[in-house]
Amino acid sequence: MLTILFDGIAYGMLLFVLAVGLAVTLGLMNFINLAHGAFAMAGGYLTVFAMQKAGLPFLACLPLAFVATALAGALLERTLYRPMYAKPHLDQVLFSIGLAFMAVAGVDYFVGSSQQNVHLPGWLRGRTEIGEGALMLGMGHYRLFIIAVCALLAVALQLVLTRTRFGSRLRAAVDDPRVAAGLGINVNAVFLLTFATGSGLAGLGGALGAEILGLDPTFPLKYMIYFLIVVAVGGTSSITGPLAAALLLGIADVAGKYFIPKMGAFTVYLLMILILLYRPQGLFVRRGGR
Amino acid sequence: MEYQSTLLRRARWRPWEFALWAAAFAVPLVFPSRALMVNEIAIVALFAMSLDLVLGYAGVVSLGHAAFFGFGAYTAALFAKHVMPDPAVGLAVAIVLSALLGALASLTILRGSDLTRLMVTLGTALLLLELANKLDWLTGGADGLQGVVMGPVLGRFEFDLYGQTAAWYSLAVMLLLFLLMRRLVHSPFGATLEAIRDNRLRAAAIGVPVVARLAVIYTVAAGIAGAAGALLAQTTGFASLDVLAFDRSADVLLMLVIGGVGWLYGGVAGAIVFKLLQDWLSSVTPQYWMFWIGLLLVLLVLVGRERLLRPWTWRRR
Amino acid sequence: MTDIVLAAQGLVKRFGGIVATDKVSLELRRGARHALIGPNGAGKTTLVNLLTGVLAPSAGRIALLGEDITGLAPHQRVARGLVRTFQINQLFDSMTPLQTLALAVSQRRGLGAKWWQPLGAARPVAERAGQLLEQFHLADVAQQPTRQLAYGKRRLLEIAIALACEPRVLLLDEPVAGVPPGEREELLQTVAALPGDVSVLLIEHDMDLVFSFADRMTVLVNGALLTEGTPDAIAGDARVQAVYLGHGGAHG
Repeated sequence: MLTILFDGIAYGMLLFVLAVGLAVTLGLMNFINLAHGAFAMAGGYLTVFAMQKAGLPFLACLPLAFVATALAGALLERTLYRPMYAKPHLDQVLFSIGLAFMAVAGVDYFVGSSQQNVHLPGWLRGRTEIGEGALMLGMGHYRLFIIAVCALLAVALQLVLTRTRFGSRLRAAVDDPRVAAGLGINVNAVFLLTFATGSGLAGLGGALGAEILGLDPTFPLKYMIYFLIVVAVGGTSSITGPLAAALLLGIADVAGKYFIPKMGAFTVYLLMILILLYRPQGLFVRRGGR
Repeated sequence: MEYQSTLLRRARWRPWEFALWAAAFAVPLVFPSRALMVNEIAIVALFAMSLDLVLGYAGVVSLGHAAFFGFGAYTAALFAKHVMPDPAVGLAVAIVLSALLGALASLTILRGSDLTRLMVTLGTALLLLELANKLDWLTGGADGLQGVVMGPVLGRFEFDLYGQTAAWYSLAVMLLLFLLMRRLVHSPFGATLEAIRDNRLRAAAIGVPVVARLAVIYTVAAGIAGAAGALLAQTTGFASLDVLAFDRSADVLLMLVIGGVGWLYGGVAGAIVFKLLQDWLSSVTPQYWMFWIGLLLVLLVLVGRERLLRPWTWRRR
Repeated sequence: MTDIVLAAQGLVKRFGGIVATDKVSLELRRGARHALIGPNGAGKTTLVNLLTGVLAPSAGRIALLGEDITGLAPHQRVARGLVRTFQINQLFDSMTPLQTLALAVSQRRGLGAKWWQPLGAARPVAERAGQLLEQFHLADVAQQPTRQLAYGKRRLLEIAIALACEPRVLLLDEPVAGVPPGEREELLQTVAALPGDVSVLLIEHDMDLVFSFADRMTVLVNGALLTEGTPDAIAGDARVQAVYLGHGGAHG
């Protein structure tokens, strides 16, 4: 039981890192980016190739995945995404679905459709067990690693958001871009940096998650719904909202699949629909937030 | 009175509409080898038009309309297999049940932002897909529901190998439902939908019960999408999981966008273009069809949806 | 008194820690020409939103023609004759004025749910829509999509829609806001010519309009009622002058 909780938390933390960029992008630019999963996929594939072709150690691939996808995100934001901010949501949805389709098909073409494997270093492959019987806590070392890294990231993000100048500028721009611009905040730069960081985090998440979530060309479409759930339930006005939603989702999914395998992902979708019915703005919305 | 005639003029049938429908019914006769194609287009056009009711007229962005299409398909297939192989009865049952599902689902789309609606519509479709997958003793799971043998339409017209009966059956159903939809969108009810789409706040301020209207149109659209799904199952004798897949929802959205939202014929135009495109592209690059669709979507949005079918606006940037 | 058509008692609206409406009570008689004034941010539009049901009050009651409507949704209040216009035009951009008015009239007459007949098939509906178009000088643009109309025409349409709803109580939220001087006259004449038994609550900053129109005025400051009375009494009230009128003109 505790193991399930542990696995669920690991899964949830991973989802958080993957989805937080989407949440902030939506909250900041009011842009629904369904291609977000493609950045995660890119990070995953980059890691696989860096390890296989260039022989880089796993740990080195993580920052590489982050930086490379962040750069890609910055480039795309500047060129393709920026003209889309003012368009209606339907157009944004269509546009990002189109990008996602292109990414999926592109990867399929260049790399093939089989699942890619990440060869984890030895020290991450173990498992520690504490306690016994029903209360046994079995912690895979890799999952422990994921929880640690993601928790650090979550804390770092929260600190940046609340303690730094950039964070204040970001929050101001989220609340009201026009007023923020009027106050001299370079809203374009904030958008660019935020989008790049969000994409970079997705890439990092993809690299971290390749082993657990499976990496193949359909990744962006398969997991898109999960990212969207995190954002819809967690709200777009904080870091803690998506974090809580991701953890909830992770635990629910793992527990659901374990206890009621016949239902599979059904429980998650049902839970999401029920939550959104009850609270259309998401579970964790700051008063007065969007 | 001049005002009345101006208002009524909008609802009048244009000559080209008669020509279009006549041509549609004539094709399976004149080009029998194309009958299957006509059948496919009719089914998909009906599906697209049902989405137009929700998207183009009421302004609700749905990413999961395939839920009703797929539900209708499975309902019709199961009905034919286990209860009665009569197509018309099966169709009626599928419509009613899909509409009921729509009524239930409409509870989820009434509140919340665009994103919330996107989520719940997507979630509903995925939920149904999971259900269909898991309840494989009923649905055949990933293998699909096979061995659906249909009786003759109205007791007289057997389904033939060429697909002519299928094509005319689908066209007839499409025409009937189209007439219904046409009446609806030009009526005061349809006008209230457009008002809700344009300005929900003002619609309420002139006394329109917004929530009730949305629930009704969503139910109707679900029923019609279910009809399209039923037609597919009945004319192909088969129902598989891909009728519920995200691809279906995305495809039909693309069709509407190509053809234009907010005028029913957009669904027809988009369906024709889409199917022809799909036919052509599958022969050219069978595997990477998704790439070209994606590219089309991206270009479409960058160019501007309204301008796609009006090339004379392309120079003016 | 059966002469009171709209009665609001002790309306309070809190947003978190802010009290936007502070125990406001208001009574409108049949045929009233009542003005609501106050500095910017006084909570006038919030009050209108409370009266029309767009916002739910934190406390207080509202009665229309003796019936308690505090719990009713906006569209239900409209059906009972409580109609408003918006300070910022809220129109249906893709529909023509003719369609818009035909729709409003249809809805009012209980035909809004009819799906079998085309819009305008009911002759009385089309005639009433035509009447309103003529009355508001919109006949020449009746068939253009609303998004193409000039601002002044849009403003006229805004008010025409409200009249199409056959109001018993009409709440006008700054009807001449942003209207160029040349087109104000048209609008002012129409406001002045409203039917005698319709009760009108006018929110305005233009003092000329207010004083020529109103037979009673309410002054709202910081969400609370400052005072209420005849225009002369208000004009002569030192408190009002101090807060609003006397300080270099808080116009527009």
